[in-house]
Amino acid sequence: MPEAILALTDITVQFGALKAVNQVSLSLMAGERRAVLGPNGAGKTTLFNAITGAIFPNAGRVMWEGGEITRMSPQRRAHRGVARTFQITNLFGQLSVAENMRLAARGLSASKFALFGQDRLSAAQSAQVAAALAMSGLAGQEAVIVKTMSYGEQRQLEVAMALVGTPRLLLLDEPAAGLSPSERGRLAEIIRNLPRDLTLVLIEHDMDLALALVDSVTVMQNGQVIVEASPSEIRTNALVQDVYLGKPHEVRLSDAPTY
Amino acid sequence: MMLSRPYALAGAAFLACVPLVLPSYYVSVATQILIFSVLTMSIDVLAGFTGRTPLCFGAIFGTSAYVVLYTFSVFGWPWPLAMICGVLGASLLALLFAALAVRTSGVYFLLLTLALGLIVWGICLRWTPVTGGENGLRTELRQSLGLSARGLYACVALVVGVVTFAMWRFVRSPFGLTLRGIKEGEGRMASLGYDVPLHLTIAFTAAGFFAGIAGVLYAVFNDFVSPSTVQLAQSVSGLLMAIVGGIGTLFGGFVGAFVIIALEQAVSSVTERWPMVLGLTFIAIMIFAPEGVIGKARLLLTKSHNIDPDGVGR
Ligand SMILES: Nc1ncnc2c1ncn2[C@@H]1O[C@H](COP(=O)(O)OP(=O)(O)O)[C@@H](O)[C@H]1O
Ligand SMILES: [Mg+2]
Repeated sequence: MPEAILALTDITVQFGALKAVNQVSLSLMAGERRAVLGPNGAGKTTLFNAITGAIFPNAGRVMWEGGEITRMSPQRRAHRGVARTFQITNLFGQLSVAENMRLAARGLSASKFALFGQDRLSAAQSAQVAAALAMSGLAGQEAVIVKTMSYGEQRQLEVAMALVGTPRLLLLDEPAAGLSPSERGRLAEIIRNLPRDLTLVLIEHDMDLALALVDSVTVMQNGQVIVEASPSEIRTNALVQDVYLGKPHEVRLSDAPTY
Repeated sequence: MMLSRPYALAGAAFLACVPLVLPSYYVSVATQILIFSVLTMSIDVLAGFTGRTPLCFGAIFGTSAYVVLYTFSVFGWPWPLAMICGVLGASLLALLFAALAVRTSGVYFLLLTLALGLIVWGICLRWTPVTGGENGLRTELRQSLGLSARGLYACVALVVGVVTFAMWRFVRSPFGLTLRGIKEGEGRMASLGYDVPLHLTIAFTAAGFFAGIAGVLYAVFNDFVSPSTVQLAQSVSGLLMAIVGGIGTLFGGFVGAFVIIALEQAVSSVTERWPMVLGLTFIAIMIFAPEGVIGKARLLLTKSHNIDPDGVGR
């Protein structure tokens, strides 16, 4: 059996008494596309934070490309090919699209330390930026100040910025949240057309959207993984349907189907 | 931005002509304004571009002046060496402050830098054998350079021109862009691969370097330095100049230094209550032009011409 490229083992993240993530184990193959589903507060974003290093887990291990990164800083993980978008749009609103992309493009290169140089990208970086903008449907918008863009376009820019460093792992945190149906469709297209060798984890509240885009699904509730299955199995899984229809439903492990 | 270059050139030409028309007392006031413009812009590099507002730049500026005057008068070092030491001393102090302060932000950064500045002030006041305590250090550096008021103005204007250009390049460089990114979102910068504390440390040290150059000019201009040069009021008035000129505008430093120093000159001939007037000015600026004078002008221009409102020109 081939090695997993991303492997979480018994990750626990505690905020005071609350175990936001409770003994979660997860592994992804290279190029796999995984959705992480679950109600609000299930611990999905916190799990992302543990993968990117925004927070360190209280227990457990994160392995990436065969090396342990559990306590590595976010910027070093970025240098190892880990990129993410944020659930709450986290762009540089006062800056233009081009400036946001320049920051994204230089994050992994030494040119960010040019103290007195011209603020221009190298030819290779420009090509990367152009490709990422094209992939995200934002070509031609370089001069726009980000805070004046529509919310949907800002979400697209989130993706473009994560893509520009040609990451090998991309974590998308509810990229379609708050979008109109047509904007959702556009974003789904963007995600579907991402390079196939990119390993992808998608947190998404809209189950139909998520299931159409991924190879496998992890469902979380109360900090724990309750189901791990293929998209088609998820569609027919009674427990998942209950969680999603929001029925007050105390999860007992015996409820979980065998899979 | 296309508009800024002619403005900057017009400003530079204006400053070059000042000593030709003013009586020498005012030439000296103008010299002081130029020197404090550099201090103000150095503060703006941090406050306006990284979003970290420091209250220790009077101390960094004054330390440079102390080092210049001490090495020149006590060690008898040649003035160029003394000046280099002044700038180095300020930069090293800034590096030390940065190492202690860059992991804080907001009001914590403000208070921590305030405390660090107070320590410098305390040392200058108490370490009498070296600093001369309350009496300060007095030298004849300026005489030995043989500079008249107009000659000094010309030298200062030249240095200020070069330093201003350097600061403008600095904030408009790839590195300067990272500072604006940090101001808007540190978490995002880290996830993009940036070492935020490292960038802040470099920015703080560079700002200290520029403030150190202002301190060298001040040492020559004043031939005297005392604890009042490094005191909190110096840091505060530098910050006020930056706010009056417009945080994040860089060149607003000239406007801020001009407004505050001209006002001080005008007021001190009428009343002793300069601090009160300064406070009221500050309140008026915060109410009527919180974006500062340059910021306000740019806003008005943007409204009438619909130009790119973005900073300092590119
Ligand atoms: N920084 C934090 N401090 C305290 N509690 C937090 C923090 N971040 C998340 N939580 C809590 O952890 C739980 C999981 O949150 P989160 O991971 O954001 O869930 P999800 O992304 O699945 O909606 C929630 O109860 C949330 O309130
Ligand atoms: Mg979330």
